[in-house]
Amino acid sequence: MDYFDIFVSILGSTIRLSIPLIFTALAGLFSERAGIFDIGLEGKMLAAAFAAACLAYVSGNAWIGLLGGIGISIVFSLIHGFASITNRGNQIVSGVALNFIAAGLTVVLAQAWFNQGGRTPSLAGEARFLPIILPGVDVMRDVPIIGPLYANVISGNNILTYLAFAAVPLSWWVLYRTRFGLRLRAVGENPAAVDTAGISVIWLRYRALVVTGFLGGFAGAYLSIAQSAAFINNMSAGKGYIALAALVFAKWKPVPVMFACLLFGFLDAVGNFMQGKPVPGIGEVPVQAFQVMPYVLTCVLLAGFIGIAHPPKAGGVPYVKER
Amino acid sequence: MSTASVPLPNWISYGVLPLLNLAVAFFISGLVVWSIGENPFEALKLLIEGALGRGEAIGFTLFYTTSFIFTGLSVAVAFHAGLFNIGSEGQAYVGGLGAALVALALDHYVPWYVTMPFAVIGAALFGAGWAFIPAWLQAKRGSHVVITTIMFNFIAAGLMVYLLVNVFIVPGKMAPETRTFLPGGQLPKLDWLMALFGMKLGPAPFNVSFIIALVMSYLVWLLIWRSKLGYEMRTLGISPSAAAYAGIPYSRTVIIAMLISGGLAGMMALNPVMGASARLQVEFVAGAGFVGIAVSLMGRSHPLGIIFSALLFGILYQGGADLSFEMPNITREMIVVIQGLVILFAGALEYMFRPAMVRIYQQFAGQKSGGK
Repeated sequence: MDYFDIFVSILGSTIRLSIPLIFTALAGLFSERAGIFDIGLEGKMLAAAFAAACLAYVSGNAWIGLLGGIGISIVFSLIHGFASITNRGNQIVSGVALNFIAAGLTVVLAQAWFNQGGRTPSLAGEARFLPIILPGVDVMRDVPIIGPLYANVISGNNILTYLAFAAVPLSWWVLYRTRFGLRLRAVGENPAAVDTAGISVIWLRYRALVVTGFLGGFAGAYLSIAQSAAFINNMSAGKGYIALAALVFAKWKPVPVMFACLLFGFLDAVGNFMQGKPVPGIGEVPVQAFQVMPYVLTCVLLAGFIGIAHPPKAGGVPYVKER
Repeated sequence: MSTASVPLPNWISYGVLPLLNLAVAFFISGLVVWSIGENPFEALKLLIEGALGRGEAIGFTLFYTTSFIFTGLSVAVAFHAGLFNIGSEGQAYVGGLGAALVALALDHYVPWYVTMPFAVIGAALFGAGWAFIPAWLQAKRGSHVVITTIMFNFIAAGLMVYLLVNVFIVPGKMAPETRTFLPGGQLPKLDWLMALFGMKLGPAPFNVSFIIALVMSYLVWLLIWRSKLGYEMRTLGISPSAAAYAGIPYSRTVIIAMLISGGLAGMMALNPVMGASARLQVEFVAGAGFVGIAVSLMGRSHPLGIIFSALLFGILYQGGADLSFEMPNITREMIVVIQGLVILFAGALEYMFRPAMVRIYQQFAGQKSGGK
């Protein structure tokens, strides 16, 4: 039974660690399927985390914090769009720049406004998204197997967790079952064809980036006002890049994105759990092995050993109308 | 005709436009300083004093400059071949391992000038080795080098922490770092160079790596503009299809360009590892690989431009550190903001002012020739 308890606790932290990845990878999905590479996911997450923590602190309301996170994330997305769509700049360069700006500006402003060494003040009560206890937990808890799973994995998460899992089928539906989604995918593969059909490539790509910003805002808010109770310097800690890896690993498809994020979250959770504990027969596995696993897996995938990942054809190329 | 295809004279393309972009980046940085309640002009004055005010400050500025020249060259070489190497950070980190292994192996036996060439080769080999897999994946499997080099930065970080914590750590010490190199494994400071200008270096770690960096800048210039390989790389960078028609082998050129790029990034490690701390430490690269992107963009991927923009970022780093002591309200991260803004305006938005500039230029050129 001990092993089962461990399993349940690892599963619980897998969920918690996967949520920012799921939001961010879905955010990247929309821009990359529209033909805009987005290295700036990390920066969006960080900026949104900071804005959410600030607004939640000032207003005392987590929802206003979330709105702030979404707002700033959309602003970052639109700057990316201005550089890479309107000015036809290099999308990678623009993403790198926005990551720097987010990493620096959040600390500079946090220090200037709150004077706590680059943190924002701690949030309490209504200013955070608190765990929701689903009905029937007390009754279910004693049921073997299902009980602990229900009580510790399915119940006891905050609202953003459930929204993340709702966002996956919703993203699938938008991408594959709506006119907007069809055009979005088309503009990522062959923008000239979309243009010929009389649809504005620029307007379509901007709308895709707004969706990216919208989802990125949830990821940031999750970090600072749901999982933690404040913004901390560089709290995204490379999660934006892991989400990017997950997006590639899932071959730019929404449902596999969720599973890739869960896998990477699981690796993270196992790594945390295994720290300092020897594995029978192997000895102690260094925690770094678990930390680099998502990146190694993604490179192995890219090498073509686990199927082939085809990125959107027009990705990274600015669209020039007259040619 | 769109303004994008109108040719502009070089002094506008390579002089006025970059300066204009830089000015906007600094103007917005000034707005940020102003918005947190400090005087931007006062901050700029303190920053320049902190970077160039006395011998020691200049020594630190040039120490940072040295690192940025290496990483700037690294990014530039790949860029000429049409590759975006975001992995300089990780390649420099692993390059440090090569430099440290040489220093640890030789410092008991030989003076520094014997160790140095081996250390340069060791650092370059390890850096190039770390660039090889992404290069191979790009060349043979078509997987985007940007994605793979990002992944390899994180893998490098994990690997190096593991090695330092579990293998190289000095028994009985807490800090994850190698033992201190003896003088035979250190690169000496350039006190004499500073003394020529009548300045004292003090404790600043300005060292021989600076000269190696300048030599490498010259070699990169030779490679890119005076060699067959450089010509092939530039052709591939400008037009992959033209390169294919001309019979330039794609895979070979991509892999060699990335190996050179990784080697240059690896050499950056000489400066902090053998020139300053005399030991291999966790996270000694400290973002220099990413600064290299900004340096290369601003320097238009030309070695001379890279030296100047590396100096500018050296001033920003040293001056920014000093500034955060003088004005505690402005933290060191302000440099990161400026860096980001420079990359944004000099890199991603480099063509923003071009249409306006074309219109102005056409008006003046038109007046001179009596209208078109």
